[in-house]
Amino acid sequence: MAETKRSIWVFGDYRNYFQNRVTLQLLSRAKDLAQRIDARVCAVVFGHEVDEWVGEYIAHGAQTVYVTDHPMLKNYSTDIYVTLMERLAQTYDPEIILVGATSFGREFAPRVSKRLKTGLTADCVDLDINEDGILVQTAPAFGGNLLTRIVTPQRRPQMATVRAGVFQEIPHNYEATGEIIYVEMPMHLPKDRVRLISSERQPPREQKIEDASVVVCGGRGMGSKKKFRNLYELAKTLGGEVGATRPVVYSKWAEEDALVGQADKHIKPKVLFSFGISGAIQHTAGIVDADFIIAVNKNPNAAMMKMADVAIVADANQVCTALIRELKKRIRT
Amino acid sequence: MLKMIVCMKQVPMVTELPWDTRTGTLKRELAEGMMNPACKHALEAALRLKHEHDGHITAITMGPPMAEEILHEAIAMGADRCLMLCDKKMAGADTLVTSYTLARAIEIFCPDFDLILCGCYTSDSETAQVGPQLAEELDIPVIAYAEDCTVNEETITIKRVSDNFLETLQMNMPGLITLTTQNFAPRYTPIAGLQDAFDEPNILTVSADDLGLDEEIIGLAGSPTKILEVYSPTAQKNNIVMKGAPKRIVEELLERFDDRIGSVIRKDLKVVS
Repeated sequence: MAETKRSIWVFGDYRNYFQNRVTLQLLSRAKDLAQRIDARVCAVVFGHEVDEWVGEYIAHGAQTVYVTDHPMLKNYSTDIYVTLMERLAQTYDPEIILVGATSFGREFAPRVSKRLKTGLTADCVDLDINEDGILVQTAPAFGGNLLTRIVTPQRRPQMATVRAGVFQEIPHNYEATGEIIYVEMPMHLPKDRVRLISSERQPPREQKIEDASVVVCGGRGMGSKKKFRNLYELAKTLGGEVGATRPVVYSKWAEEDALVGQADKHIKPKVLFSFGISGAIQHTAGIVDADFIIAVNKNPNAAMMKMADVAIVADANQVCTALIRELKKRIRT
Repeated sequence: MLKMIVCMKQVPMVTELPWDTRTGTLKRELAEGMMNPACKHALEAALRLKHEHDGHITAITMGPPMAEEILHEAIAMGADRCLMLCDKKMAGADTLVTSYTLARAIEIFCPDFDLILCGCYTSDSETAQVGPQLAEELDIPVIAYAEDCTVNEETITIKRVSDNFLETLQMNMPGLITLTTQNFAPRYTPIAGLQDAFDEPNILTVSADDLGLDEEIIGLAGSPTKILEVYSPTAQKNNIVMKGAPKRIVEELLERFDDRIGSVIRKDLKVVS
């Protein structure tokens, strides 16, 4: 029963808030891509008692939802989900399959692509359709120092995983209607070879610098250990974390666990403040995933200033203290 | 005896890379190589299991001739034997074809393995795909992103953090795990080991012909994905430069970029006039 119209599938990864968000973001992008190749947008949901998610995906743009609902699928099982996805894709022949680059998705998608003998691009930061109607997948390499555009010209489906936050979800529309196709649980499913012994929802870990959405990084340009302390106050005001370069840690202005760099911590904040950092590659290789960079340095030609979205030519500590004052004033009001 | 295979890759050492400051790109051909960090953690995990369970470790890599360096390093750290898959025909392989090629070599040269350990991803292409795909190719169970592992008789138990869930999982061997860099900090290479690694390196070099693989199904030719272009994102930035008195700069910054900054800290930073 092949489909008459091409389709773009989004795997419904609903286990927690962020996974569900990436699914909604992918539905939004799938909708854009579908217009270009005249395809339908479909979501795929495996689980037990999943009506809530089916409705959510239709409200966010899925025209068709394939659902396998069974008590055995209550817990996420990579082994079984891979087999279900393989069979579903062989039956309905999608043009494209998109999967959120969650921990689950990053184990699930490679295995599905292997079973379907097709290409997969990991952690895409952009997806587009070229003039030949082929999916162009942009993925980072070398910790984001380089970007690569990748296609799967011959084999189908074309598969990609995408990190959360790359695309914007469209507002939900609960008036939207979609087709729901219930797919029976296969009779002779291979036994799950991996046994889940325990699974506990983690209490939210103490915010780690790697996960922080705001990071304030400082270098020797802050001037002194005393002045460097101001960065902690700025970070606190912004609800963020403090990062440091190697020279700063060696000078004992900051603890070693604040080290950000190629051989150290890789951060990916939405906003990165960089104070008094020249921008040696050993440091900048750790910050290439930052979305928006504001750099402060007396030297307008510093490599860090070239990487920044906003380059402020001034004394790092003076801007830091002015920013603390101004933020406190504005946040209070 | 616990028979283990550790798959590893040589990656460019980014700090040593000649950096083209004009274009912001790496001159990759001049790069120094190193053992991919996650692979090194996987080797360390294997070495500890070897110590506990009277194990044997085969290290495998696929790459250009210079990649043999990491196999010497593996022997120096304590691996018993190495396979070096090296052939121009294998070059340019994507993850699907890499896992296919590795699987054929494992079937021929170490078919009676108990456990395969891989790094969860490499620092160059960062796909995290080869481990799970290799397990599929060999039709064995797999657990990715393991942070800790223990082996008992016929089973392996791992702990991992997966999307905010702390999971304990168990599978029968033979199986495959991929390891993060969370635990198993690699040991320093002992001098005595280094001696062995160069005196009598137990490294077998394997070609495509040795594996009975045709050129069309491996390497670049056999890979379903094609790279169109590699470019540097940093060279494309539209940079806004601000100068002047700190107070004025800061005011302008918060007014102009309230959407970028305020939205992240969930505060409206504009001054209501």
